[in-house]
Amino acid sequence: MKVTVIKPKRSIFHINWQELWEYRELFVVLALKEFQIRYKQTVIGVLWALIRPLLTMVVFTFLFGQIAKLPSQGVPYPVFSYAGILLWSFFSTAITQASSSMTNNSKLITKIYFPRIIIPASTTIVSLIDYLIAFGIIFGLAKYFDVPITSSVIYIIPALFGTWLLSLGVSFIFAASNVKYRDIQYALPFIIQMLMYATPVIYPVTFAGKYDWILKLNPMSGLIEMHRAAILGLPIDWPLYALSMGVTLVVFLGGYFYFKSVERYFADLI
Amino acid sequence: METIVKIENLGKEYVIAEKSRYLALRDTFVKVLKLPVNLLKGKKFRKKEKFWALRDVNLEVKKGEVIGIIGRNGAGKSTLLKILSRITDPTEGKITYQGSVASLLEVGTGFHPELTGRENVFLNGSILGMSQKEISKKFNQILEFAGVEDFIDMPVKRYSSGMQVRLAFSVAAHLEADIMIIDEVLAVGDAEFQRKCLGKMDEVTRTSGRTIFFVSHDMGAIRRICTRAVVLSNGKVVKDGNVEEAISYYLDDVRSISQKNLKNREDRRGKGNVRFTGLHLENDECKSMANAISGEPVNIVLEYESQKNYSLKNCRVSIVFSDKIGQELFKCCTSVTHDGNLELPSSGKVKCRIDRLPFGRGDYLMKIFFEVNGVVEDEVDGGGLLEVLSGKFYETGKGSPQGWDGKGVLVDHSWKTN
Repeated sequence: MKVTVIKPKRSIFHINWQELWEYRELFVVLALKEFQIRYKQTVIGVLWALIRPLLTMVVFTFLFGQIAKLPSQGVPYPVFSYAGILLWSFFSTAITQASSSMTNNSKLITKIYFPRIIIPASTTIVSLIDYLIAFGIIFGLAKYFDVPITSSVIYIIPALFGTWLLSLGVSFIFAASNVKYRDIQYALPFIIQMLMYATPVIYPVTFAGKYDWILKLNPMSGLIEMHRAAILGLPIDWPLYALSMGVTLVVFLGGYFYFKSVERYFADLI
Repeated sequence: METIVKIENLGKEYVIAEKSRYLALRDTFVKVLKLPVNLLKGKKFRKKEKFWALRDVNLEVKKGEVIGIIGRNGAGKSTLLKILSRITDPTEGKITYQGSVASLLEVGTGFHPELTGRENVFLNGSILGMSQKEISKKFNQILEFAGVEDFIDMPVKRYSSGMQVRLAFSVAAHLEADIMIIDEVLAVGDAEFQRKCLGKMDEVTRTSGRTIFFVSHDMGAIRRICTRAVVLSNGKVVKDGNVEEAISYYLDDVRSISQKNLKNREDRRGKGNVRFTGLHLENDECKSMANAISGEPVNIVLEYESQKNYSLKNCRVSIVFSDKIGQELFKCCTSVTHDGNLELPSSGKVKCRIDRLPFGRGDYLMKIFFEVNGVVEDEVDGGGLLEVLSGKFYETGKGSPQGWDGKGVLVDHSWKTN
C-alpha cells in the first residue's frame, strides 16, 4: 500500500509530479464546473463569449481606427484590432477570474486536500474556451473585409500556448496574494486596463518607434504580434517571440514558486 | 493487526490574529509608514501572540479501528482532523499512513446551487477523491440511497435542504478509502436519515475493515460506532483507549469545568457578539440555590452581555440537558414557549422555570445556546451543572429506579394490577 508522510514545511522546490497527475481529473472537473456556472446564470449563455470581444472591437475601431487613425499594418482596422483583442481578452479574463479563485473556493480549501494550484489553473481553462468560441468570428471578419487567411494561421498555437503559460504565472501570483491582501482584486481591473495600453493590442509594435524595446520587454507584445501575424498572414518576428517566451517562462516559474511558498498558509488564512 | 496510521510528536502552532485573519494591503502600507515614528517613540514591535492548538500528540491506529475523538470546544479536535486530511501543515512532528485517505469535514463540499443533482454528484465525488469511472459505476446506488431519483436533473437550488444533505451524504457514504476522517457530519439531516447513515457506516467498517477517525459531541454516536476513543484537552491526548472510559473521563472533565466561572471560559463557539456571563439556580423567591430537587420547581438563570447598546431582536435562548452518560435528554427553548420574535435588552438575565424537575438524584449537564436571527452567538458545552437531590417526584418519595440515578428522565406513570 502507498505510504504517505505528513511533515512540516515541505520544500517549495519539490514538485510532486505524481500527485499532480493523480489529480488530473479534478482539474478537468473543476474547469468544467467553472464553465457551467459562468454560463448557467446568464440568459444568452455562451453568446457572451462572442459579444464581448465583438463589441470591444467595434468601439475600438471607432475610437482608435476612425478618430485616432492608429496604423494597422495595411490591414482593415476591425480585423487588425480583433486579432489583438481576442488574445488580450483571453489573458485578461484568465487573470481576473483566477485572482479571486482562491477566495471564491475557500470552502474547498478549508475542507479538502488537493494540490491548491489546481484552482487558479483550472479557472484559466474557462477563458481558453471563451477564446476558442470567439475565434470563429475571425473567419467572418476576414471574409467580409477580404483578408485571406493562409496556412500560417497554425502559428496561433505557439502564441496561444505562450499566453496560457503567462496567464498561469500571473494568476498564481495574484491568486496567492489575494488570499492575504484582499484589496488586490479591487486594484486588478485598473492594472489590466493600464497593461492593455502598454501592449500592442490596438496598435502594432512598430508604432512605438525608438522606444519599442520597452514595449518588447512586455511578454504579451511578442505573443500578440505573433498571433496577429498568424491570422493576417504577415511575416513572423521570431526573435521577438523568443524574447517574449523567455520573459513568460520567468514569470511562470516565479509565479509557481511564489504560490508554492505561501500555499501551506492558505487554509489558516482564508 | 498492522498499524495503518502513526502520529508522532505532532504539534500545530497558530498565530492569534489581532482583528481579522486577512489583511488589506492598505493596512500594511500604514504599518510601514508608521514604523519610523514608532521606533522614535521607542515602541517595540508587538510580539505576535501564538498558541499551540495541538502539542505532543502520539497515536498509533491499527487497521479496522474506528477511533472516536472527543473533547471540549477548542481542545484541538478540528486541528487534528485538518492535519490528518492535509488541509493544513503541522508545525512539528509527523504522521505516517498507509493507503488512501478521504476526509469528510463537511457534507456536500463544493456543491453548487446552479448545477443539477447529477452534475453535483460528479463534482462532489471527484472533490472527495473518486474517479469519474467510479462515480458512474455507483451512480444508481448513490441516487437510491439518497432517494432523490426524480429530481436528479434539476438544479440543487430547487431542492429542499433535507434533499441536498441526503444527496451529499450518500455521495460520501459511497467513498472507498482505506482511512476515513469524519467530522460531525451526522449532525445534519433528519433523524431517520441519520440512523440510515450510521447504519451504513457501521456496515462499511465491519465488512471492509476500514479505519475511521470520527469526531463528535454526540456520545451516543461515539458509543455506537467507535471501537476506541481518544480524549483531547488543551491540545494534548489525555485519555486513549476504551470507549466507555474515555467518555466518562470526558464527561468528568466537562463536569469539572462547568463549575468554573462562565464568563472566563474560552471553550465556546459562536460569533461572540453576545456571551453568557453567568448561570445559577434560584427558587421561586429569587434566592440562589446550590442544588435542585427532584420533582420541585427550579429556575435556571442565565446572565448575558452583548457588545451592542441596542436591544437584541429575534433572539432564541436554549438549554439542552444531558445525563451522566452523555445522552442528550431534552431541550428547553424560548422558541417553543414564545410566539413571535423575542426581543431582549442588550444585556441582562433570562430565567427558565421547570415546574416539576423530571430528574432523579445525580448530576446533569446543561449546554447553553444564545442565537440572534438564527445565528449562534454563543454556545457553551457543559455551561452549567445541575446537581439534583432526591425529592418527591413520585408520591412514594422514591427517586429513579435502581441503576438509573443520574440517567434519563422521570415520567409520570402508574401501574394497574389485578
